[in-house]
Amino acid sequence: MPTRIMTGARTWAFRDLKELLAKATPPRSGDRLAGIAAESAEESVAARMALADTPLKQILAEPLIPYEEDEVTRLILDTHDDAAFAPVSSLTVGGFRDWLLSDEATPEALARLAKGITPEIAAAVSKLMRNQDLILVAKKCRVVTALRNTIGLPGTMAVRLQPNHPTDDPKGVAASVLDGLLLGAGDACIGINPASDNVAVIGDLLKLLDELIGRFGIPTQSCVLTHVTTTTELIRRGAPVDLVFQSVAGTEAANASFGVNLAMLAEAREAALSLNRGTVGRNVMYFETGQGSALSADAHHGVDQQTCEARAYAVARAFDPLLVNTVVGFIGPEYLYDGKEIIRAGLEDHFCGKLMGLPLGVDVCYTNHAEADQDDMDTLLTLLAAAGVTYVMGVPGGDDVMLNYQSTSFHDALYVREVFGLKRAPEFEAWLRRMGIAGEDGRILEGSATPLLAGARELAA
Amino acid sequence: MSEPSDIQPGDLVAALRRLTPARIGLGRSGAGLATAEVLRFSLAHAQARDAVHACFDAEAIARGLRELGLDPLIADSAAPSRDVYLRRPDLGRRLAAESREALSRLAAPASDLVLVLADGLSARAVHDHALPFAEALLSKLAEAGVALGRAVVAREARVALGDEVGALLKARSVAVLIGERPGLSSPDSLGLYLTFDPRPGRTDAERNCISNIRTEGLPYRAAAHKAAWLIREALRRGLTGVELKDESGPALGGAPAQAALGAGEPG
Repeated sequence: MPTRIMTGARTWAFRDLKELLAKATPPRSGDRLAGIAAESAEESVAARMALADTPLKQILAEPLIPYEEDEVTRLILDTHDDAAFAPVSSLTVGGFRDWLLSDEATPEALARLAKGITPEIAAAVSKLMRNQDLILVAKKCRVVTALRNTIGLPGTMAVRLQPNHPTDDPKGVAASVLDGLLLGAGDACIGINPASDNVAVIGDLLKLLDELIGRFGIPTQSCVLTHVTTTTELIRRGAPVDLVFQSVAGTEAANASFGVNLAMLAEAREAALSLNRGTVGRNVMYFETGQGSALSADAHHGVDQQTCEARAYAVARAFDPLLVNTVVGFIGPEYLYDGKEIIRAGLEDHFCGKLMGLPLGVDVCYTNHAEADQDDMDTLLTLLAAAGVTYVMGVPGGDDVMLNYQSTSFHDALYVREVFGLKRAPEFEAWLRRMGIAGEDGRILEGSATPLLAGARELAA
Repeated sequence: MSEPSDIQPGDLVAALRRLTPARIGLGRSGAGLATAEVLRFSLAHAQARDAVHACFDAEAIARGLRELGLDPLIADSAAPSRDVYLRRPDLGRRLAAESREALSRLAAPASDLVLVLADGLSARAVHDHALPFAEALLSKLAEAGVALGRAVVAREARVALGDEVGALLKARSVAVLIGERPGLSSPDSLGLYLTFDPRPGRTDAERNCISNIRTEGLPYRAAAHKAAWLIREALRRGLTGVELKDESGPALGGAPAQAALGAGEPG
């Protein structure tokens, strides 16, 4: 629906909701690359003013990508929960922002609302929010998931231990796993990005993690982050798969560029559930997303990258995931140019995911061709911890030697735990105490004689 | 194997570090890192930043290819500078008009495979590794009887530039050897992206990738073994991408099998 709005003497016109959302988006290089960004600072604010007056119901009535053309649009509309949406259905986007910030929007009210929130509604309201709003509202959203431990309880933050090795060398991977465990990381999962796509190599990595977890009785889950079809094949061959991983995006065409569709994800989930490997829950899926993936695949339909990203969360939500994280700075400066854009995007993604009821973590990261550095990452990590982020990554020294980017380190997690008093998943925290790795207060013990050191000595010998 | 308890704590860290280039065993200053480690990280970041902006010597690469018996051409993408290249990946995926005309004018005979050597995000990776790797690969391809077309050295190029090059040169497949996004510990990582029936519009799911080709990563010989297997299978089955799973097995007497799909795509 076309919209017009005046700022002083100037009149601004927006063709449709898609254009309005794109132009209302805080500046970022990806939308400029796509040629859909506001052409001036004033136009962007005018778009935000027009968006603030737009009824939430209009967003439901005006799909950005046609229902007939895109299975993600069909998923969003077919699974929309009208009853959950009812309490806010009469509001405009601006009114919805005010409601979210109000005392009425309690954690319980937000949890009831989640299935009534479409990605486009979440994205729209996020565009009207300052960073502090994104933090405050996300902090009120509680999302708890479980498989072999419990993720997302209030006052906790989990860490994915990411022990990548450039050639998938099993001893090299094991050395990084032990290093991370000794620094108290690994409750979200121990998750390897393999260098290889070789089915046998992936199967060996799954066995290695399963043996490590079994030997030390670690209450956590493993994952090898390979293509969903490879994982499904490995389940068929009897591999010990806890979590099925897949990168997902917010349009059918972008998912096709990853070689996936909704039916393949459903099949993989059923296969993983059939293994019954959970001890305290049955959330068996792990998804990664990131702003810019749809544009990168030339599959964005003129929709801005942040709205496309929120649509990816609708894909994730359909499969009851244990973990979902945006890999916010990974894709490069053509989508998020510098530290400021990465920080804003990280907070937006976390907010949208949480509002939609997802266990959202963030890979706080950057590449060497982006205008960003460690100080920017410290800022984003600190803001996300304040916002109640479900989990972050733990990479040895923050340097991923396989994927060639910088993420957060085991030490970074200790830093936010100390500043915010954040605990780990309770089962994992208890295990760290039993192993003599952490004390009663969760702090890492110096020079402790933990059974893990015996494992480390064997590995080194 | 020595008795595990023989190892002293300091030696243990050193022994574990030999197993991986990852930054393990760093110790702590409270929750943070010690000063020396913070500075070591800063230095690596500075070196990687410099690798991104290093100048690509396409002529030297072309000379090297001639010595290997190939007849290379130099081509430019539509990105006129590094700064534009970084902000506009779409331009790095297309040929500049003059280069497109030059390749069209060749009226190249059909071939099984065209090699494209491209700067990507690390000219240093191409300078250091592209020629020795190409030498290893060429001998494997000769054994397999793969008919090679003209090689192309491409400046300010992304992976997908190979699609247009391959189509213009009437190649059944294209292998793009390209500098990958520099990591802190690997400013010189070379990637190979193989695409069957190259033409503009191919997606990443339609490619196979071997990444981290460098002395400290996947050695040339093992990478060439892997690449030759993928190329033979791609030509035989008439496809690349997610449907072509790497089942090449280890090279005889070589390193364990590695090849990646879509890992760290440099753009």
